[in-house]
Amino acid sequence: MGAIGEGLQRVFQLDAELWRIVALSLEVSLSAVLLATALGLPLGALLAVKRFAGRRGVIVVLNALMGLPPVVVGLLIYLLLSRAGPLGALGLLFTPGAMVLAQTVLVLPIIAALARQALEDAWREYEEQLRSLGAEGVSAALTLIWDARFSLVTAVLAGLGRAAAEVGAVMIVGGNIDGVTRVMTTAIALETSKGDLPLALGLGFVLIAIVLALNAAAQLVRDAAQRRFG
Amino acid sequence: MILPLTLEDVAYASGGQPIIRGVSLAIEAGPSTIILGANGAGKSVLMRLMHGLLAPTAGVIRWRESGARRCQAMVFQRPVMLRRSALANVTYALELAGVPAAERERQALAALEEVGLGQLAARPARVLSGGEQQRLALARAWALHPEVLFLDEPTANLDPGATREIESVIRAFDAAGTKIVMATHNLGQARRLGDEVIYLHGGRVLERAAIGQFFARPSSAEAAAFIKGEVPWT
Repeated sequence: MGAIGEGLQRVFQLDAELWRIVALSLEVSLSAVLLATALGLPLGALLAVKRFAGRRGVIVVLNALMGLPPVVVGLLIYLLLSRAGPLGALGLLFTPGAMVLAQTVLVLPIIAALARQALEDAWREYEEQLRSLGAEGVSAALTLIWDARFSLVTAVLAGLGRAAAEVGAVMIVGGNIDGVTRVMTTAIALETSKGDLPLALGLGFVLIAIVLALNAAAQLVRDAAQRRFG
Repeated sequence: MILPLTLEDVAYASGGQPIIRGVSLAIEAGPSTIILGANGAGKSVLMRLMHGLLAPTAGVIRWRESGARRCQAMVFQRPVMLRRSALANVTYALELAGVPAAERERQALAALEEVGLGQLAARPARVLSGGEQQRLALARAWALHPEVLFLDEPTANLDPGATREIESVIRAFDAAGTKIVMATHNLGQARRLGDEVIYLHGGRVLERAAIGQFFARPSSAEAAAFIKGEVPWT
């Protein structure tokens, strides 16, 4: 108990430095989730609505990719962005951009797979009515995404949880450079390895509090909207 | 005019299980057609085949004109409402039908007035009662001015009051010249709304007759039993 109190005290003594780390964490993870949502929802909707050869296979792979180990994603993005790699010319390695890219790859399957499930359930209910009204393909998919928006919040939150919690990918492609690419999780790993357990613990609590607050806010919005629209 | 609709030797099977077997029919403009039959007789599937939601596994379904899709509407047993206002549910259908944006709201409001939902236009559709939702489904169809309206047991889940309201809207469709094709197992409703009956049994059309004749002198034993409310397996 004492260690937690001390840790939290130390965390708040960090002030400027701490808030920079928190801000970068949020910036990276929220950007990644935004990108993954923009790509993942249409992908999930397509898989929910379209029937094509190999669809089952794609769904199995997508579901499996939800369990992608962050370090492996980090390694792949690292190879891609390293100076000799195919995207080396971009000079993204060890920048927040690289971290956003890695987390996007990590989160995309989660959002797409969960969205696919939610939208397929909705499609079962809507299909005949929408086809009767003449909505097919892209038009039906967009209607479905908009109408299932409250269930999709859960998919996006799952993605956000993953992005905020992972350390392996951002560590490898970001490098945990103080003041440049250091985020909450890499800072916790660093302080733990340095043996400063109270500070690591304190940072951990701040991270948990932030994730909790984001989820609570999303839940409130969702509940209010659901009461309003049924 | 997209009618008549002709079905030639139409069959439909699902998972190897025949549901519609060799149905040949012509649906002509004019009389309200009631598709009668017990649960599992294939009424819903036959309507979905006609409306184009299902493709027949054998046989041909032909409208007089191509592009008939836009001139028909269907109201289902359980109305499916989008998570938006009652009005927006109707304008959505108008948008899909290619009605210019400036026209949609006016037409949608007129359709809502027609079914007595003008006051509830701004309400979220999903919080309306079952009867109101079904009337909204009818308003959505009304706004499209279909030549043919398919109704699949539209009052099966509703209380008598709501059923009366739905039936009066269906009569208004009929009065406006829309061809009604309705599946029901409610004999009273068939009598109230129908001009002719197509009696379905085991996926086959056993009988087609004017409404009065069907109820007075059914030509098949199955139809006679159905009218009397007897169970078919005794």
